[in-house]
Amino acid sequence: MNITTLAFFLLSFIAVGSAIMMITSKSPVHSVLWLIVVFFSISGHYILLNAQFLAVVNIIVYAGAIMVLFLFVVMLMNLNAETEPIKNYRLQLIGVLAGGALLLVLISAIMRIDVEQVVQMKTGDAGLIKVLGMTLFKNYILPFEISSVLFLSAMIGAVIIGKKD
Amino acid sequence: MDIQVYIALSLTLFTIGIVGVLVRRNAIIIFMCVELMLNAVNLLLVAFSKMHAASPAVKALPTYASDAQIFVFFIMVVAAAEVSVGLAIIVMMYRNIHSVDVNFLNRLKN
Repeated sequence: MNITTLAFFLLSFIAVGSAIMMITSKSPVHSVLWLIVVFFSISGHYILLNAQFLAVVNIIVYAGAIMVLFLFVVMLMNLNAETEPIKNYRLQLIGVLAGGALLLVLISAIMRIDVEQVVQMKTGDAGLIKVLGMTLFKNYILPFEISSVLFLSAMIGAVIIGKKD
Repeated sequence: MDIQVYIALSLTLFTIGIVGVLVRRNAIIIFMCVELMLNAVNLLLVAFSKMHAASPAVKALPTYASDAQIFVFFIMVVAAAEVSVGLAIIVMMYRNIHSVDVNFLNRLKN
């Protein structure tokens, strides 16, 4: 087992474990912090796949901006483990069983296929900033400009919804 | 690394997100589980992009492996816009019913 495989399985273990901790922890602040750990391990996966631009953007946008927004809202509402809503253990059991059955079916389905495709790791120039920038500003310039309109409408929508009246 | 391992990892993260949406009743936690599902899909898209980068048959195409990563970039853009509007809705819900429990949102039931 070489160092790349070891890093892959370590990052996968951290990602899955932190995701499970996120949905099981009582306090919403702890959930937010565990989700940040998940995002950092996914960024580690991107670095392992040599997608450097996406690794940096994932940390800046998700772990930096979006999760700070979540943390801000959680602390604004002063949520803690005592304000956790009433639990229904039967519904929780049914939810876990449904999710586990879905995972079992999907995993057994993908283990049945026999493609000999290998993911290229640590090499390749597809994820470098230069290549992605050339692709984005040559082939995808129209969606890039439309996304600015999307941001403007989201900003106006958030202001209008959050306005006190 | 085989592509199956990456698909299995992404499916596991996605299923954890689904279980979180089904089990938790806190609206903010449900929203975070949706973000987790988006990230699982992003990881799978990048893995498929690097899978195409490794195969020699598609190298004739000009943007043979960068398309998926551009797509991931746009998913992040849409997720950022979605989070701003969604958190505004959750704050508005907290202001009206003083709770973030989704079980209280049953006014359309009758």
